[in-house]
Amino acid sequence: MREMTFVDAAREGLAEEMARDASIFVVGEGIGARGGNFNTTVGLYDLYGEQRLRDTPISERGFTSMCVGAAATGARPVIDFMFIDFMTDAFGEMFNQMAKLQWMSSGRLKMPVVVRGCVGVGPSNAAHHSGNYSPFFMHIPGFHVVMPTTPADAKGLMKTAIRSDDPVLFLEHKNLLPLKGPVPDGEHLVPLGKAAIAREGKDVTLVGIAFMVKQALAAADQLAKDGISAEVIDPRSLAPLDIDTVLASVHKTGRLLVVDEDFAPCGAAAEIATQVMERGFDDLDAPVKRLNGLFCPAPYSPALMQNLLPTPPTIVQAVRDLLAE
Amino acid sequence: MADTLEMIGKEKLLALLRNMLTIRRTEEQVVKLYAAGKVYGGVHTYIGEEAVATGVCAHLRKEDPVFSTHRGHGHALSKGVTPREIIAEILGRVTGCSGGRGGSMHMFKPEVGFMGSSGIVGPCIGLAAGTAYSAKLLKLDRVGVAFFGDGASNNGLFHEAINMSSAWGLPVVFVCENNMYATEVPFAKVAKVQDVAARAQSYGLPGVVVDGNDVVAVYQAAGEAVRRARAGEGPTLLECKTYRIRAHSEGMRDAGYRTADEIAAWKGRDPIKAFQARVVDSGVASQAELEQIDAEVKATAEEAVTFALNSPMPEPASVTAHVYSVE
Repeated sequence: MREMTFVDAAREGLAEEMARDASIFVVGEGIGARGGNFNTTVGLYDLYGEQRLRDTPISERGFTSMCVGAAATGARPVIDFMFIDFMTDAFGEMFNQMAKLQWMSSGRLKMPVVVRGCVGVGPSNAAHHSGNYSPFFMHIPGFHVVMPTTPADAKGLMKTAIRSDDPVLFLEHKNLLPLKGPVPDGEHLVPLGKAAIAREGKDVTLVGIAFMVKQALAAADQLAKDGISAEVIDPRSLAPLDIDTVLASVHKTGRLLVVDEDFAPCGAAAEIATQVMERGFDDLDAPVKRLNGLFCPAPYSPALMQNLLPTPPTIVQAVRDLLAE
Repeated sequence: MADTLEMIGKEKLLALLRNMLTIRRTEEQVVKLYAAGKVYGGVHTYIGEEAVATGVCAHLRKEDPVFSTHRGHGHALSKGVTPREIIAEILGRVTGCSGGRGGSMHMFKPEVGFMGSSGIVGPCIGLAAGTAYSAKLLKLDRVGVAFFGDGASNNGLFHEAINMSSAWGLPVVFVCENNMYATEVPFAKVAKVQDVAARAQSYGLPGVVVDGNDVVAVYQAAGEAVRRARAGEGPTLLECKTYRIRAHSEGMRDAGYRTADEIAAWKGRDPIKAFQARVVDSGVASQAELEQIDAEVKATAEEAVTFALNSPMPEPASVTAHVYSVE
């Protein structure tokens, strides 16, 4: 199978869909001839021109609102926020219009919009370029939220997101963008709401969110050396959430640790833990545990980043604590 | 003046009158229903501003999308939503244009290009610009229209969306209904320049001020704005100076921010009465003809109330339908 980076695979998915459907257009700052700050659209401007790769002014609220209007009347916009933090200026349009227009119009208006942007705490990216924000959108009726972690899923979920008639948040963790992996040739679609088992195991279930899937896999390697078999689940979609795959794993292992670099209160881990307790309580041999980033904005100095996020060693320790329960 | 009326023609003039009366008589029924305690939520009337929606929408086709405000009954009716669907929606019935999901502030009928009234001030401006973007992208002969008040003109989205629409030559008309108050905050106290249309100069599109209580003036100015948009010449900002006669919202205290004299003066400039007098004085139609139209419209509005009151409520279990495109 071909090996390609996450960002190249996502772009291939976008390019294939743009070739297939002339109603798809992309907006964002520097996504035209420049090809995007994260190379999300490199080469597409030459193929499809200005109308379909529209460089925008720094008017996040304005172009988001315009994409909602365009989506309600036949087009299929892709909003490229570059850093997802820049989405916050457009939040009202997303929450009050994008998410609600289908419901308010009793399904007579459709809302095929993909909102993409990079998430995650990067080295010294500091407070305004490090957000995750996925729980905001998990909380709102009307959104799908996907966070692929492999190049193959990046391509497959991008294509599915573009074909969806609902708004889909396509969140790309910065640490994942340059990582390479196998990507199937030809048409490759990954369904919304279907988790992947990234590694099979029998002693403990680790659910990782975005980049934390990679960290959990590294921790699982470490644990294996001590004879502990960890199963690692990559939800891929946070909304809809494939809780059945998590429950089936917990049925087998009896123990669950959710690892998310985002904040703990009201986060993805809180939701997963609650659903497992509601539906899988009898399978649990220990309380569900979560491991999150510290509850503070992201800092600049490497020294301040030291204890900020879950790492393979802290995940290993959390698993040991969980097994000792 | 008589020449202007002649140019528009009797049939169109009477259609304009009928439309304004339809808004007025329908809303009078809504006001009565509200006073009788039959309305569940908030209601903002358009009484006094009917000439604006009427004069603009007279130029629109069914497929031209209109995005409206919290004060949207007039836009909806002018776009072809029926009094039955309006009143039933306000009474929370399944026969309402939003099936009872929205009430006065969330009316939808995309089948006739009425893309929604709104509980949030401002979004209509960006949404109309976006629909114009899709029209251009998909090569559809379609003009987007946003109605909004002076209040929305001080919102960031006004500036962002108008700037982009002008930069990209989008087929859209921005209609500012300047009724002098954003809820109860006087425009005079929150803006140095009193003509919203003057802002068009900053963004390189035509800005036109028109008497929003003169349906003929609105009709003519909107005709040029819609023509420009359709011809690919880009957007226009059309400011219609008008006045809201009733309180911001039914049942709301309407004092402390404007005077009784001011209200009385604007009542004296009622767009419907002024137009009726003009039509009769110029000999276009007789008083009897106008009375006949009014009687028909009144009967339709009254029948709409009966229809709505006799309509069923929506099914409670249907509340979670259509959150997503696929259930």
